[in-house]
Amino acid sequence: MAGGAPLLEVRDLRVEFPTRRGTLVAVDGVSLSIAPGEVLGVVGESGAGKSLTGAAVIGLIEPPGRIAGGQVLLAGRRIDDLPAEAMRRVRGKEIGAIFQDPLTSLDPLFTVGDQIVETIRTHLPVGDAEARRMAVDWLKAVGIPSPEARAAQYPHHFSGGMRQRVVIALALCANPKLVIADEPTTALDVSIQAQIIALLKRICREHGTAVMLVTHDMGVIAETADRVAVMYAGRIAEIGPVADVIKRPRHPYTVGLMGAIPSSTRRLERLTQIDGAMPRLNAIPPGCAFAPRCPEAVERCRRDRPGPAEIARLDGVPHAAACWVHAPPAGAAA
Amino acid sequence: MTPPLVEATGLARWFDVTPSLWARLAGEHRLLKAVDGVDFAIRRGETFALVGESGCGKSTVARLAVGLYAPTKGSIHFDGQDLSLLKDRRRSRALRRRLQMIFQDPYASLNPRWRVADIVAEPIRAHGLLAGRRAIADRVGELLTQVGLAASDGARFPHEFSGGQRQRISIARALAGAPEFLVCDEPTSALDVSVQAQILNLMKDLQRSLGLTYLFISHNLAVVFHMADRVGVMYLGRLVEVADVDRLFRAPLHPYTRLLLDTIPDLSMSGKPRGPVAGEVPSPIAPPPGCAFHPRCPLAQDRCRREAPLARPRADGGGTVACHAVEEGRA
Amino acid sequence: MAVPPDAPPMPAAAPRGLLERWADSDVWHSFTQSWLTMAAAAVTALLVIGAALAPLVAPHDPFDLASLSVLDSEVPPAWEKDGQARFLLGTDNQGRDMLSAILYGMRISLFVGVCSVLLALALGTALGLVSGYVGGALDAFIMRVADVQLSFPAILIALLIDGVVRGLLGQEHGARTAMLVLVASIGLSFWVQYARTVRGMTLVERNKEYVQAARIIGLPPILIMVRHVLPNVVGPVLVIATINLAIAVITEATLSFLGVGMPPTEPSLGTLINNGYRFLFSGSWWMTIFPGAALALLVLAVNLLGDWLRDALNPKLR
Ligand SMILES: Nc1ncnc2c1ncn2[C@@H]1O[C@H](COP(=O)(O)OP(=O)(O)O)[C@@H](O)[C@H]1O
Ligand SMILES: Nc1ncnc2c1ncn2[C@@H]1O[C@H](COP(=O)(O)OP(=O)(O)O)[C@@H](O)[C@H]1O
Ligand code: SF4
Ligand SMILES: [Mg+2]
Ligand SMILES: [Mg+2]
Repeated sequence: MAGGAPLLEVRDLRVEFPTRRGTLVAVDGVSLSIAPGEVLGVVGESGAGKSLTGAAVIGLIEPPGRIAGGQVLLAGRRIDDLPAEAMRRVRGKEIGAIFQDPLTSLDPLFTVGDQIVETIRTHLPVGDAEARRMAVDWLKAVGIPSPEARAAQYPHHFSGGMRQRVVIALALCANPKLVIADEPTTALDVSIQAQIIALLKRICREHGTAVMLVTHDMGVIAETADRVAVMYAGRIAEIGPVADVIKRPRHPYTVGLMGAIPSSTRRLERLTQIDGAMPRLNAIPPGCAFAPRCPEAVERCRRDRPGPAEIARLDGVPHAAACWVHAPPAGAAA
Repeated sequence: MTPPLVEATGLARWFDVTPSLWARLAGEHRLLKAVDGVDFAIRRGETFALVGESGCGKSTVARLAVGLYAPTKGSIHFDGQDLSLLKDRRRSRALRRRLQMIFQDPYASLNPRWRVADIVAEPIRAHGLLAGRRAIADRVGELLTQVGLAASDGARFPHEFSGGQRQRISIARALAGAPEFLVCDEPTSALDVSVQAQILNLMKDLQRSLGLTYLFISHNLAVVFHMADRVGVMYLGRLVEVADVDRLFRAPLHPYTRLLLDTIPDLSMSGKPRGPVAGEVPSPIAPPPGCAFHPRCPLAQDRCRREAPLARPRADGGGTVACHAVEEGRA
Repeated sequence: MAVPPDAPPMPAAAPRGLLERWADSDVWHSFTQSWLTMAAAAVTALLVIGAALAPLVAPHDPFDLASLSVLDSEVPPAWEKDGQARFLLGTDNQGRDMLSAILYGMRISLFVGVCSVLLALALGTALGLVSGYVGGALDAFIMRVADVQLSFPAILIALLIDGVVRGLLGQEHGARTAMLVLVASIGLSFWVQYARTVRGMTLVERNKEYVQAARIIGLPPILIMVRHVLPNVVGPVLVIATINLAIAVITEATLSFLGVGMPPTEPSLGTLINNGYRFLFSGSWWMTIFPGAALALLVLAVNLLGDWLRDALNPKLR
């Protein structure tokens, strides 16, 4: 992100669900950006608003949910207000998507090869024979053995790990500049998980594709991402270079989260424990959403909502957190 | 040395998965050997963990250990008593009270129509441990407090609680009969890490204060490292390696154990190179002959494809390993 | 995108009463959202109360033969020429007040309907529960019986049972026996639907971990079925029962119309329709149209309620 225009920019995004008991704000004032070729991890507990943030970027928020504020810009162009038809063209061509369950992304009635060919032909100006050749190349690139034969098979002939490989091929075959991957490895076994992460990382690096990697697994982020955004209760608690956030977390929630992850090298008698649970959307406290669970909360945390403030800059990449105590806004006394 | 609290010998559980009635009538049987001859012993007060990828038979071992399944072959003993005794409901009452289970899915493990107090009180009532409403209510309140809930939570229904809180309720129910042995089948796999930390801390506290023995099942190696005293690694229904937790993590012998350890994400960001991980777990209906791991094994040789390796003591004396390469000193 | 499985916790609140929870529930909410459902509920309530309290609200007692007079026979409804204010909906060929006869008839129809639905429900639920929980040969046997049963229409079973009873007790049996025959035959022909639904759901519930927990404790199967599984499968059963009630009332009417149901001395709606039907073309249309309309209204209202209940309890449609 050092210099250069961002590929994706999300500004002050707000996603709401109107219900009969009031409006639920599921994503509240999220701002982030992704540089070309960069991998941004989005991590947080279930219900933190990670998937909705990803869905908002690709225009897949399902009613009654709606984008109630903010902007999404792709290469400087606003895409959150595009009509459905135009958004469909952006999806696939410019933004690819990978979801947790590979089966939802694959059509059981068509062969794997046909699905890739169709995507390629929809978005790229190539003939059928050329598209078919490309499809086989893609299957090979994602590590599917005997790709010619496998291209003629249906999704149910593939194992879970192999399906996710196909989905990756499908998401990338139209050469999008950005891929939204929502929990791409959560449904897979640990050994397959490692393979898929390595694959995703390699392919995106080879093609210069930027990735927004949504996951609840900090390990996956550590392995894959350049920068990470930690979400809590629909807001970004901390965002910055992944090594810095993991080694020197500032926001008390990130600190707690990192301490809660068991290590396989150092055994502690007890894990760090954040008492309580993330608030329901209908009971998000005023001020900092983490304040009721925060061991360091001060008076102000319960009153005013902290905005993201830069705490460090590594190679020109900012590391910011939303915390009155650990990231006081410039010029203000903590 | 004191005898182990739980001991499995040649334990096996096969399922008949013959697809059609006709095939069955024709005498064809397709067997799925979910667990196929495992031996382990769990000492009183320790945590014995089973790790492995999904489908390798961990949950089947768990069910065998609480008597939900009867073994096809072999046996499992609890404090010297054969668990096949559990089939006789009357005679096994005292035995049943001493083993309990905590499940993976916090949403399916509590009856949605029951109040929490009734759920927790069920083992007390079923075993006739206490008489009188007052006494039972007091004990339930005590149990709920013990797992970090409030006694007044007993009046509520499961759907009013989060996943982590439900897992606490599950634990309270499991503790109600004052058991000695808890089988925990992926107790935190459905939970977020911060909630997982709460539950793992609670389980450790309870183990210390109540002297519990755990059979702890997980596919997460870091969690196993945190919880276990000894670890068994399963692959396609067999135990490929059993060792003390530190030995297993510091000096893994079996190629599959090494593969698993290589998949642990490196949170310390040390940038250490990792061995490439290849292949997928084959179908347990038609496992590869010889050593079931040979198609994925970098050390496999001809013997591995023909002959199934037996569990032999590790050279350092702390456990067993079933691998030809290790036996031949090639590992 | 999917709602995360782990819903965040509720704020600590005092446990609420049943009434309060019901008033706040989505089922109740969906009820208040549909005026058609509320109208159906109002009509059903009106008809059921009218029928249940027939002896109190009916202007005449149609069973009191002494009060009947041939002079009052075939009086048209009050608003027609020759109509009398005493007989709002007119009278039948024996001088019975139609309004009273309909109220009393509805009472019998509803009683037979409810009893037969209860019989079918009890039988079907019990068999489905055992079938699904125990499995194996017993399950196969019960389900084959259900298949066979399903190939016989209710009317045929009713005619069969009626024939057997008539053979045993002689041609003319009393109203009480007729009622029993009706309940038995309708109940016996409806149990399959309950059994299949309950079995399917039991198969799902049986594998859930809370059932395994009960098994580990050592609860006997019968207690697990009754205490754990049953409460979790009753929802859909109630939906079927509501819709079934409408069908049962119609079946009863059909049987009575065919002459194998309630005798004319204690008529149900079906008997009334049958009785009036013979006078339809002689101009006394009210004798069959009014009981028919009452039947249609009752069935329609109950059916609408059943439809709503099915949708309200189905989380996928919400
Ligand atoms: N259709 C919906 N109606 C109401 N709330 C929803 C809906 N979809 C998602 N939410 C809420 O939005 C919040 C964020 O969801 P999501 O982005 O899926 O979280 P996650 O971080 O687990 O991916 C959650 O609290 C969820 O309950
Ligand atoms: N009741 C059963 N009938 C048939 N197959 C089963 C049954 N239970 C488990 N299996 C099979 O046995 C194997 C091991 O399952 P399980 O013990 O649940 O594995 P794990 O818990 O390690 O994921 C799987 O292939 C599974 O499909
Ligand atoms: S026995 Fe052979 S195939 Fe199996 S793990 Fe050892 S070396 Fe590999
Ligand atoms: Mg999500
Ligand atoms: Mg399992």
